[in-house]
Amino acid sequence: MVSAASSLTDAFGDIEQAFEAANPGVDILLNMAGSSLLREQILGGAPVDVFASANPMVMQTVIDAGLADGSATFAGNRLQIGVPVGNPANVAGIEDFADETLLIGLCAEVVPCGALARDILLEAGIEPAIDTSEPDVRSLLTKLEAGELDAGIVYVTDVIASEEVIGIEIPDALDPVTEYLIAVVADAPNPTGAGDFVAFVLSPEGRQILTAHGFTAP
Amino acid sequence: MTRRRRNPLGVVILAAIGLTFFALPLVGLLTRAPWSDVPDLLTSDIVLDALRLSLISSLIATALSALFGIPLALMLARAEFPGRSVLRSLVLLPLVLPPVVAGTALLFTLGRRGVIGEPLNEATGLVLPFSIWGVVIAATLVAMPFLVITVESAVRNLDPKFEGAATTLGAGRWEVLRRVTLPMIGPSLAAGLLLTWARAFGEFGATITFAGNLQGRTQTLPLAVFVALEQDRDTAVAISLVMVVISLGVLVLLRDRWWRAR
Amino acid sequence: MTGLKADLGVSRGEFVVGVAFSIEPGQTVALLGPNGAGKTTTLEALTGLARLDSGRIELDGETLDEPNRDLFVPPEHRHIGVVFQDHVLFPHLSAVDNVAFGLRSRGSGKQAARKRAGEWLDRLGVGSLADRKPADISGGEAQRVALARALVSEPGLLLLDEPLSALDASTRVDLRRLLADHLSEFSGPSLLITHDPAEAFLLADQIHVIEDGAITQTGSADDIRLSPSTKYAADLAGLNLFEGSTSGGTVTIRGHQLRAADTSTTGPVLVTIHPRAISIHRSRPEGSPRNTWETTVLRIEHYGDRVRLQLGVPLAVTAEITPGSEQALELKEGTPVWISIKATEIDISSQ
Repeated sequence: MVSAASSLTDAFGDIEQAFEAANPGVDILLNMAGSSLLREQILGGAPVDVFASANPMVMQTVIDAGLADGSATFAGNRLQIGVPVGNPANVAGIEDFADETLLIGLCAEVVPCGALARDILLEAGIEPAIDTSEPDVRSLLTKLEAGELDAGIVYVTDVIASEEVIGIEIPDALDPVTEYLIAVVADAPNPTGAGDFVAFVLSPEGRQILTAHGFTAP
Repeated sequence: MTRRRRNPLGVVILAAIGLTFFALPLVGLLTRAPWSDVPDLLTSDIVLDALRLSLISSLIATALSALFGIPLALMLARAEFPGRSVLRSLVLLPLVLPPVVAGTALLFTLGRRGVIGEPLNEATGLVLPFSIWGVVIAATLVAMPFLVITVESAVRNLDPKFEGAATTLGAGRWEVLRRVTLPMIGPSLAAGLLLTWARAFGEFGATITFAGNLQGRTQTLPLAVFVALEQDRDTAVAISLVMVVISLGVLVLLRDRWWRAR
Repeated sequence: MTGLKADLGVSRGEFVVGVAFSIEPGQTVALLGPNGAGKTTTLEALTGLARLDSGRIELDGETLDEPNRDLFVPPEHRHIGVVFQDHVLFPHLSAVDNVAFGLRSRGSGKQAARKRAGEWLDRLGVGSLADRKPADISGGEAQRVALARALVSEPGLLLLDEPLSALDASTRVDLRRLLADHLSEFSGPSLLITHDPAEAFLLADQIHVIEDGAITQTGSADDIRLSPSTKYAADLAGLNLFEGSTSGGTVTIRGHQLRAADTSTTGPVLVTIHPRAISIHRSRPEGSPRNTWETTVLRIEHYGDRVRLQLGVPLAVTAEITPGSEQALELKEGTPVWISIKATEIDISSQ
C-alpha cells in the first residue's frame, strides 16, 4: 500500500500502471489523502509500505517516530492561484485574496498545501478573506472547477491536470515552492516491494512521468 | 408482575459481543483522553465556535425537518395520489446514499453555479455554500427522512375512528390534526425528532462537501474533529468526548419520557 | 324542532343501502339488523363521514345532505351526538377533557367547557373519574363518559351505535337502565343502531328491521313479535322476549302470570322463552304442569325442517315444532290448542 499526498493523485496513478506493467504479480494500492492525515494513519499503525509526503515536516515527524529510516526528495511542486476557467471574478493576483466579496478557498492549515499557502499570504502581507478550508487539495480543486469558488491556492500540477481551472502565477519572491519526499515505512508488510517502488519513483522513468504532470525535478 | 423471558444462550453470547462492539470505541476514547488538558481544550475558540455552530444548525435543521417532514409524512400516509410510492422512495433516498453524494448533489443544485443556485444568486445575491445556511440545508437533507419515516409509520398505525369521533364532535381538519392526530402519535413523533436531531448533529460528509469548512462559519463539531485529528490529536479526542456527552445526555434525558410504552 | 327525516341511498360497490325513516323530537327509534345489514353505512351517512349517493337528510329543517342539489354539510358542522360501540374516548385526554372536547371545538373557553363537562359527568354518575384517563376506567364507566360527551353540547340528534355490545352482561343491564332514563330525557330525536333485540325492544319506541341494505319491517316491539315479515324478524320474534316483573317465582307479563324456577329474583325482569320449550297439545295436558293455557294458532310458517307457530292471546308467544308434530296434531291456522311450558324453561334476568 502506497500512501501518497493527494496532489500526487494523477502522477502516481500513471506510476502505478507503469510499475505494475514492469512487475507483474505486484498489485499497488494507492491511498491518497492530505499528507497530515496519512501521517496520522501511519502513526496509528496502518499497514503502509511507502509514504510520499508533500511536506518535509510531515515526513520528519514520521522519521522521528521511528517509522521510517530516512527519505529521499523525489519531486518539487509550485503553488499557483487557481481560478475557474474564464476567470469569472477577474482575479488578478494574490492581492485579491483580501477581497471579502470573492469566494476564496484554501487547503486546511494542517495540509502542506494549506500551510504553504498561508505562509505565502503572510509573506505578502495579505489578510485573506477565506470562505472555506478544504481538507485536501483535491476537494478544493473540485470546488474551483465547479465555479463555486472564485479563487484558491493549489499546486501547478493540479492546474495542469484540470481542464476547468487555470493558473495565475505567484511571484517567486514569495517562495511558492515545496518538496516531495518518499520513504519506505518501517514494519512495512512488503519491504522488498516497497524498496522496488521507491527505486522506481526515483528512476529516470519515474522522473519522466512526474515531470510530464508538471512536477519539477528535485 | 412481569414474567421474565429467558433467552437462549446463543442469543445472550451474540448480544454480549454486540454490546462490546458498541462499548469498545467509547472505552478507547475515554482511555486516550488527556483528562488534565480537557477543560482548557474545551474552552478554546475552535471548540466553542464548533459547538455553537453544531447546536444552532442541528436545531434549525430539526425544526425545518418537522415543518416540512410532518406534512410530507401525513400526505404519504393518508393521501392517495399517483406516484406516491415513487415520492416515498425519493424522500428516503438520503437514508441510503453516502452523505458525500448528497453533498455533491447539493453543490451542483444549490451551489453558486448550480441549477437553482445560479438563478437564485443572480436574483438575490444569496450564496448558500460556505455559509451556515449551507450547513443547515445539508443537515436537513440527510436528517429529514428519519422524521418522515417515523411519523408516516405512526400515522398509518393510527386507528381512524378517533379522528372520526373528533370530527363528529365539531373539530375541523386542522383542529383534528392539532388536538387528536399529533398528540396521539406523540411518542413516535418525539422519537423521530430525536433521531432527526442526532443525525443532523453528527452530519459530516454532506456538510464538508456543500458548506465547506471554516471555523466560526461552517465548521461544526464533526468537521472540527476531522481537522483536529491531523494536527492536534488531543483536541480531536476532547471534541469527540463533547459530542459523546451531549448525545448521551440527550438520549438519557428523553428516554423515560418518550419511550415508555403506552 | 322537526326531528330527523332521512332518505338514504348509499352504494358501496355491489352493496347498496336504501332506507328511509323519520324520527320525531323526543322519540327513540331503533335500527335493528344483523351484521352487514347496512347499519354502519347508515350511521356514516347520518354523521356525514360518508356522503349520500342519492336521497336527502334533513334535521330540524336544515338539509344536511342532498346530492341532487349539491348540498352537503360536513360532519363537523352537523350537530349530532354519537355514542360509539367501544366508546372511542380519546386516550390521551382525561374523562373531563374528553367530554369538554366538543364544547371547545364549538367555541367554549377552557374553564367553562370543563365546568359543564364536570356537571354532565356527575349527572351520569362518574364525576369522581373526571381526571382519569380512559385506560384507567372500566368499560361501563367509559361508556357513561361517552354518553356525557355526546349529550353535553345538546345535539340535535343522538346516534347510538351498538352502545352496549362491548360490555359484559351485568354492566350491560346497568347501562341499559341509564340509557333508558337519558333517552327519555333527551328532547331531540334518537337513533339506536343495534343487532341486539333486547336493546331495541327495551329502549326504542319504534323499530325498523334492516336487512341487506333495506328496511324490511317497521313497528313496535309487539308488532314485530306478532307479525314478523321476514325470517330474521321471525327469529327475533321467536326469542319470545318480554318485559315483566317477578316475585318469589311468579312472573307477571301484562297481567298474565307464569311460574318460573328462579324464586330468588325480584323486581322488573326480561323474560325469554325458547320457542322449542313450548309444547303444543290438542287438549288440556295430563298431570298438572305449570304454565298451561289455551290459545289459538294465529299463523303457521315453514322454514325448511322447522315449523313456527304464532300463538295468540293471552300471551303471544312463538313456538317451534317439527313437521311431524304439525301433521300429527293436525294444526291449521285458527286451530285452538293448549300449550304448556316448564317452569325451568322460563328464563328471567333482572332489568
